[in-house]
Amino acid sequence: MNNLLDHFQLAHLPQSLDPFRIEVKQFLKQAMPPLTADQKARSWFGFDPEFSQRLAKQGWVGLTLPKTYGGAEMDAFARFVLVEEMLSAGSPVAAHWIADRQSGPLILKYGTEKQKSFYLPLICQAKAFFCIGMSEPNSGSDLSSVATRAVKTDQGWCLNGQKIWTTNGHQCHYAIALVRTSGTTANRHAGLSQFIINLSLPGVTRKPIVDLTGDEHFSEIFFENVLLSEDTLIGVEGQGWDQVIAELAFERSGPERVYSSIILLDEWIRWLKKGHATPQRVAMVGRFTAHLSTLRNMSIAVTHQLVQGKSPVIEAALVKDIATEFEQNIPALLEDEMGADPNEIIDANLLRALAYVSQMAPTYSLRGGTREILRGMIARGLGLR
Amino acid sequence: MMNMFVEALEPILIDHCTPSDVRRIEANDAGHSLFQKIKDAGFVELLAAESDGGANISTRELFPVLFLLAQYAVPLPIAQTIAARWLWKNHVDIPNGLIAFAPHHSVKSNVLICANVPMGRVCQFIVIQDQQHLKVLNCADAIKLNDSGIKGSLLTTFEWKINAAHSFEMKNTPTDLMAMSAVLNAVELAASIKKVFDMTLQYGNDRVQFGKSIGKFQAIQHQLSVMAEHVAAASIAVQAAFDLTSGQPTRMHSAIAKSRTSESAQLIAATAHAIHGAIGITYEYDLQIYTRRLHHARMAYGSESYWNQWIGEQVLASKTTQLSDFIQMTTHP
Repeated sequence: MNNLLDHFQLAHLPQSLDPFRIEVKQFLKQAMPPLTADQKARSWFGFDPEFSQRLAKQGWVGLTLPKTYGGAEMDAFARFVLVEEMLSAGSPVAAHWIADRQSGPLILKYGTEKQKSFYLPLICQAKAFFCIGMSEPNSGSDLSSVATRAVKTDQGWCLNGQKIWTTNGHQCHYAIALVRTSGTTANRHAGLSQFIINLSLPGVTRKPIVDLTGDEHFSEIFFENVLLSEDTLIGVEGQGWDQVIAELAFERSGPERVYSSIILLDEWIRWLKKGHATPQRVAMVGRFTAHLSTLRNMSIAVTHQLVQGKSPVIEAALVKDIATEFEQNIPALLEDEMGADPNEIIDANLLRALAYVSQMAPTYSLRGGTREILRGMIARGLGLR
Repeated sequence: MMNMFVEALEPILIDHCTPSDVRRIEANDAGHSLFQKIKDAGFVELLAAESDGGANISTRELFPVLFLLAQYAVPLPIAQTIAARWLWKNHVDIPNGLIAFAPHHSVKSNVLICANVPMGRVCQFIVIQDQQHLKVLNCADAIKLNDSGIKGSLLTTFEWKINAAHSFEMKNTPTDLMAMSAVLNAVELAASIKKVFDMTLQYGNDRVQFGKSIGKFQAIQHQLSVMAEHVAAASIAVQAAFDLTSGQPTRMHSAIAKSRTSESAQLIAATAHAIHGAIGITYEYDLQIYTRRLHHARMAYGSESYWNQWIGEQVLASKTTQLSDFIQMTTHP
């Protein structure tokens, strides 16, 4: 009954990766653009193609992809190390992020040889940035109700519809979109397929959406009679749902689901060290440390399953749900702390980082599957559904 | 989390540590016969060297044994007794009997007081930390013993004359009795958390209302999902502490394990009772055996606030600028 919980066995990052971690730290020291705390706090939303290309020159974009396609052919543990260091440093990783994390592995798993040898080298060189076309105005958590449709033509497919909340859709080269290719929404999971869509094609219109922080991190994408060639279909026609679920295991399992508020937390600790510590704040630091250490071990346990070639879909959902709660707890508790003494002057840099993280924190438990969806998945894993 | 020791111990517990045995010992029995069964099977000497008749097992292998003892709510300080005998390895004159830990004590008018010692009512000896020294005091020498007056609780307050003869003393040991007590206690918490979750999941499947199992309702499912997250977190926090070939878990690992499990204890107990409804708070139903432990063990040997304070002090005293670096440095095996 409880197999799910038996999968949370302690695992360790291999010690052979210690030199790699040092190498990453050294690289970041010289390659990081000068950023303020609130800019760093943008975490994996910071879009900087130049940084992505410097990282690619190190061979660290497409880290887990085979060398044949220009990848580093390292495993998920290595990706854990790289991601942990980049997020702790506040690196602007958004440009190559989706391609490295999920589009690349998806193409590797489901793509034809032609697709693999075209897209994967571009990804590894940080010349092709990807976004994810899943949500639509009327399809959020109920993803299988997507209405964007591709109709078969003589030369390929004709695409019509709309995607929304696409992270950096207006700045990426390609989207991998889930669309309906047969049947109706009544057919639910059947009849869905995934396409790699070149976003510069005629008929594609992109509009950034301004968020509450003033950033334009996500967008709307409209498709009006977009003609797609045969070879833009990725995987098997009609199998899009299963492919998306496998893709989401990659999307949800990484340390980025633990570290979204780390820049704020580290910045606050730095400030406490300058004579602002109180017993209550010290205990709060201790609590965050106990949580982070434990969540990190849970995330490594899931990574271990990826390394073993498994697809830990539900395990990843479980870690994401509890970890995003921790990530959201940080700004929630720090707001109270930083407002607790009106006589205390808070460092402006720290205050801006807090505001950014606090405003963006609601997305932590929306992106990549809402809290309610994840808890439903866990319940299924427990045999309740 | 199976090993040969677990496989050997479980049948003993199935036969001799049933919920009614637990109730009986908690009510007024000293638990001698249960202790004798466990001792006769060699489990008290698990950590002792083979030359001393022990099994010389690793800290890592000991963990599932301790977890199992707590899953059966064994109301005896078996874990502490195993650990005490290991602390005194190389010494033959270890007192024979159940040993409980009291890392904190106070002295008032020439009286040494150990307040609210967990498992105090069923132990024969108590280990105290006196600065750098560990001392074993005999419960029979106490001038005063007070039960807590809490139903089913084994908490006992002891008083000895300050110059009471100690049965054994170990001078200038680096042993950190508080951290040792806390990490053993964290295992008890993690195991009880798992047990309470299993019982609640089962109840969610069995209990029918509105014509279907209550576990089919989304509100119940989500509560069970959140419980499952805390089961996984608590379990991995204690696994990390015991991931050693030999020796005592580090103070940092112990602190994290105790803090993390203590924090989850409250949520797990509250949610389990909410899902069980009124039956859960009856004496007859077994849930209370475990949820009482969750509340008690959360407070014993430092609640989460105590350990969070200590962890936070270490973070603020360190030179690292990234919390992730601090965690790697202090918890890397």
